[in-house]
Amino acid sequence: MVTVLTESGEWPVAEAEASGDALWMPAREAEAATGWVAKPEGLCKGEICVPLPPGREQEFVRTGRMNLGALWRHLGHPVAHSARGDAWVLAQSARDRSSSRQSLMAPDFTLPDPAGRKHSLSDHRGKKILLVTWASW
Amino acid sequence: MWQGLYEELAGLNFMIIAVAMDSREGDPLPWIDAANPTYVCLIDRDHRLAELYGVVNVPEAIWIDEKGRIVRPAETAGAYEGFRKMNRATREMPEDVARTTAEARTTYLHAIRDWVRRGDASEHVFRPEQARAHLPALNEDIATAQAMFRLGQFLIRRGEREEGDRWLAEASQRHPDSWCIWRQRAGVNEQGLAALPDFWQRVDALGDKRYYAHVDMKGMP
Repeated sequence: MVTVLTESGEWPVAEAEASGDALWMPAREAEAATGWVAKPEGLCKGEICVPLPPGREQEFVRTGRMNLGALWRHLGHPVAHSARGDAWVLAQSARDRSSSRQSLMAPDFTLPDPAGRKHSLSDHRGKKILLVTWASW
Repeated sequence: MWQGLYEELAGLNFMIIAVAMDSREGDPLPWIDAANPTYVCLIDRDHRLAELYGVVNVPEAIWIDEKGRIVRPAETAGAYEGFRKMNRATREMPEDVARTTAEARTTYLHAIRDWVRRGDASEHVFRPEQARAHLPALNEDIATAQAMFRLGQFLIRRGEREEGDRWLAEASQRHPDSWCIWRQRAGVNEQGLAALPDFWQRVDALGDKRYYAHVDMKGMP
């Protein structure tokens, strides 16, 4: 069991195999966790397709499986994983994040209140919002 | 601080969302109970707001208009670092510093009122180009630090404190400007504040650099 932490949440993947920098998992679970799918033109997410380096396709895709560790490095996105390889964070690169920040649209998020109920920023669209941070420390 | 402002402005299509950047589960709860807030209070143990908005300290705030546009990116929210000039033994604050601290807070709260009442006509609303120029720093080290922080938090929640702490330490090294990351692993004193000698050491090492970044707003110290 490997837990994959992505922009969309925490994904426990039973049939994942991690070894060194490789994280192989069934293609359908890779898609659920990250949105990336294998197509004839390369690896794609929505409208964006990334061609695979010629001759190295096997490092990324094998029958029905995808190596998300290799894909993330290929994309230049940050990867961090536990020593045992059973927890992986697949994050977004500063380059991608910066370009979405340029739009000045407030990115949505969902977080729990103290009672555990989830709230999203978008629940309050149509109001002016002061989004303020604090901490007990 | 926020409850009074919220009550004053709640009828003006305005909401406050206060997000606790606390990861030690349960830590913010007594504080939320004591504030008895009627605005929205959320808990961000993985520092999602650091990833999305570039928050590096508390209190920082982001102003978002009715259309979901950021009109002031993450910045210090009414705080001034007067505590750096207090007497550390007696916790006394020189009078002028106390005055400056109060001014920073008043100026900031007035600016919020002005924005809520006058919208884009408020002088405190950044035009898009200005807002972009005020976006917090972001580079690959920061993005990597945030990924490491998230991994560390996940491992700690799962009971793997030792490895989790190592990731938090590495995250803090990669992104030393983030007090949110550093303070999450700092020890706390009897008041529950991360104000032990290592905190003061780190603050003193700032030298002329600010602890709370300067806010580009008329009247701000």
